[in-house]
Amino acid sequence: MLGRDAIRQQKREVRKAAYGNNIVPSSIAKSTGPAYPHRLNFYTVPPKDEVSLEEFEQWAIDRLKVLGEIETCLFRNNSPPEIDAVLKKLLEKYMPLNSNSSIPESERSNPRRFVGLANERKKDHYSHFILRLAFARTDDLRRRFTMTESILFRHRFSTDNTVERAEFLNSLELGSEPVSDSEKASLAEELKAVLISGSKMPAEKARQSFEQEQYLKVEWDRVSDLVEGRKVFLRRGYAYVPNSMLLSLVMAEFSRRLDESLIKTARFLPRLDEDDRLVPILEHLSKGFTAPEYTSSTSLATLSGEAITAAQIDNLSSHFPLCMKNLHTAVRRDKHLRHFGRLQYGLFLKGIGLSIDEALIFWRQAFSKFTDDQFNKEYRYNIRHTYGLQGAGRNYKPLSCQQILMDHPPGTGENHGCPYRHFSVENLTVAMGRLMGVEDRGVVTGVRQDVEAKKYHLACNRVFEYLHQKELKGKEGAGRETITHPNEYFDKSWGLKNPGRKGGDGGEAQVKEEDVVMT
Amino acid sequence: MAPHKTTLDDDGDDAMQDVDSMQVDSVGADEKTAVKDELEHMFDDDLDDEPMVDASNIYKNNSGKANTTAISDILSTNPSDPQIMLQFYSRLFPWRQLYRWLNHSDLPSTDFAHREFAFTLHNEAYLRYQSYPTFETLRRDVLKLNPSRFEIGPVYSARPRDRKQVQKGSFKPIEKELVFDIDLTDYDEIRTCCSKTKICIKCWQFVTMAIKVVDVALRDDFGFQHIMWVYSGRRGAHAWVCDKKARKLDDGKRRAITAYFEVVKGGSQSGKKVNLDRPLHPHIRRSHDILKDDFRQNILENQDPFRTEKQAERLLQLLPDRQLNEALREKWDSTIERPSSEKWKDIDALAGSGASKTIIPKVLLEHKQDIILEYTYPRLDAEVSKHLNHLLKSPFVVHPGTGKVCVPIDISKLDEFDPDDVPTVTQLLKEIDQWKNPVKKEEDGDNSISRVSDIDKTSLKPYHDLFSRFVQKLLNAEKSVNKKTGEIKTEGMDF
Repeated sequence: MLGRDAIRQQKREVRKAAYGNNIVPSSIAKSTGPAYPHRLNFYTVPPKDEVSLEEFEQWAIDRLKVLGEIETCLFRNNSPPEIDAVLKKLLEKYMPLNSNSSIPESERSNPRRFVGLANERKKDHYSHFILRLAFARTDDLRRRFTMTESILFRHRFSTDNTVERAEFLNSLELGSEPVSDSEKASLAEELKAVLISGSKMPAEKARQSFEQEQYLKVEWDRVSDLVEGRKVFLRRGYAYVPNSMLLSLVMAEFSRRLDESLIKTARFLPRLDEDDRLVPILEHLSKGFTAPEYTSSTSLATLSGEAITAAQIDNLSSHFPLCMKNLHTAVRRDKHLRHFGRLQYGLFLKGIGLSIDEALIFWRQAFSKFTDDQFNKEYRYNIRHTYGLQGAGRNYKPLSCQQILMDHPPGTGENHGCPYRHFSVENLTVAMGRLMGVEDRGVVTGVRQDVEAKKYHLACNRVFEYLHQKELKGKEGAGRETITHPNEYFDKSWGLKNPGRKGGDGGEAQVKEEDVVMT
Repeated sequence: MAPHKTTLDDDGDDAMQDVDSMQVDSVGADEKTAVKDELEHMFDDDLDDEPMVDASNIYKNNSGKANTTAISDILSTNPSDPQIMLQFYSRLFPWRQLYRWLNHSDLPSTDFAHREFAFTLHNEAYLRYQSYPTFETLRRDVLKLNPSRFEIGPVYSARPRDRKQVQKGSFKPIEKELVFDIDLTDYDEIRTCCSKTKICIKCWQFVTMAIKVVDVALRDDFGFQHIMWVYSGRRGAHAWVCDKKARKLDDGKRRAITAYFEVVKGGSQSGKKVNLDRPLHPHIRRSHDILKDDFRQNILENQDPFRTEKQAERLLQLLPDRQLNEALREKWDSTIERPSSEKWKDIDALAGSGASKTIIPKVLLEHKQDIILEYTYPRLDAEVSKHLNHLLKSPFVVHPGTGKVCVPIDISKLDEFDPDDVPTVTQLLKEIDQWKNPVKKEEDGDNSISRVSDIDKTSLKPYHDLFSRFVQKLLNAEKSVNKKTGEIKTEGMDF
């Protein structure tokens, strides 16, 4: 936890460093025992030593490169093994972190051999705390920092040497108690069912792996992610966690502690403002960690210079990605959309440049089975809200693919979400044919493979490329994985089908958009 | 981050901005009034000029004397008639128990004082962030505003009324009961007897089945004890899990529990909606064991969901084997509208007779289990449960559409519960009118009459008693928890 004292200390030391002081030898002498006995670090103790401004910035940038890449992997829906592969290379380059066993046993008694390891661990330790300062300031940054740091930790934990990992685990206090053999035996049926669920293990092997397994009992909310996926057996408020799933327990603890400390750090942040050396660096750092977010590309707000009207939506829908086409078809068919459908589609339409007045016309006409009174009562507020005209007055951005994929999976009777992810394969095939006119066997098979590999954005890009193959021909650099936002899909599609018309007066459009928000 | 109809996090703040201007707690100079208003509430122990008395005075004046059949005379039969509502909230609503329930103690505490209440007025205006030091003040406001319904939100870090006075960012929801919402709208694609807002005892069974499964899991799996089920007034039920630990859960943990109960997955286009790994998780296994008999009775017999050709085709889509499907289709083509229960039996009969060479009995069995769950497993409105700051209609409120009171459901007699039997507000008021002291002993005279409370004269009494018992148990548990922590503290001192 980076408390007030720690920050003060850090500030003082950084200031000293800025005035040319080097590391004070006494600070090493002061420390009791080895500073970093384990390769893994739960980052509970803030750094105390001095660093130079250059190191301060360089270490942070190196770590940021790693975290940035992790976020990109998440965004691409990469699996843990894929992320591990990416991280392995990246970490070797920017932040190597070797285990104690990397030193031959015969030389371990020589403390000098540990200097290299200690330096790696120090960089890991310090860069983590520097980035805490940069990313504690907003909810969103905190959330993303915890998420990416947790994955980095997971990578290191799972690649750690088993003996050293066990030592590290012992040093944490996790509030769990072992399950006795007799209790394990009395719950054998339930525990085994959960352990082998979905693994299609032959009976004999299942029995063996169950017998080898040891269990810990923790209060269920310590492992809520395992509860969420029904990965553990629950009884009277306790979760029975097999040793093989310990990782999840440790991860949950890691993010929980990090979340708590970040909030504390945030509370002390204002005190940093006096320091004119640190603040610019920290601000610069947090800017380097921005998520791909769609800012409606101004020129398209007006297409060929004229504002989009409600009546044009049907025609324009040929440029929509499947998710929006599906919502459009659903609203035309059902004369209604449920809440998240309205949100996803409404923000998309806002993003392509539908003004609030036209949006109200569009939705009023679309919801034709409702009376004016019902519409005004139930939906008008909601639509105005998405335009920031009601309520908190926030200018909501169109949802990105990531938000659509992750945030609210559609329930019964709901049409939002990503069809590539949320449709069954059969229904997806039908929808691609009926809504997008994609029946080419090669494309359909390709999409199926993408979907199976959970590369939903790849599937969507594949369809895009197929539908625009004529226009894309001859254009170099039309690589994969380029579209990451439904509005980007629309913009690209419209631009390709209307070459030369794209552009318009960007400046004017910008103003226009602002007007919409300010009205 | 997104505007949602009832989550109303920070957006909701201003969802009522139209109303705010007429409310005392808007901005600027009005804030002083708000404080003053608050103070008035706080020291207002004077019950003499309560609207309750006003209301019955009106009625007394109209009728000439007390306790005659006059109430129903002056009231229309429309249950959402403001006059009827007013009578209900002044004479029958269990204010004291509601207070004890939310306050977790008989002594005033922030559990109640920092709790958000939200009112929907008869003109559809929605008033959020109301809070009250005592139940008398809450009651007085309800009688003054006469809302068509009111909802209960979380306990905040400060009094919700003062939210604009406290430092920005420090006004936060702290705790709220873990809640679940079962609504028959989520069953529309599988219920055949009614649709939309209609409901009958047949489709009520979906709710009964859901309650059974969720209740046992909350107790046996999660270890919760204080679970109250409440009829939502029309076509669903709410659960309020009131254990201290449940109240303190953050959004992430609420989401985890919600996901634990998510078995029927997918939107309108996702095909087979239950696809579970085998062996089944013990929770699913137990749920399936509970539900499989209900499936036969409530689904196959009563809902008869596979009767027509189109419906039967849906059943075939959920089965794994093409050859078996061919055989079934052929059989069903010759017998028009064969009942679902027969069709269900046909599956095993034909599979056993060797109609398909490719069928794997284990796979068929698993698919049949999945189908049973798809038609019976609880479909919860997840958004309600996931968020600490979601508001939920208070128990004992009158549903403005049906006039029915949102009564607690006795879980030990769950199978007997029929929404048709739930008293409506007009019925209850009539019962007060028609009530006669059963023991007419002359020596007791008028005194005995005045001692019987209005609730005791009506069919609301058993529900009220159920609620009181629940609250008492909760308070006892709360006390022993406090005592325990106290003991630990003193032990620590001895060392």
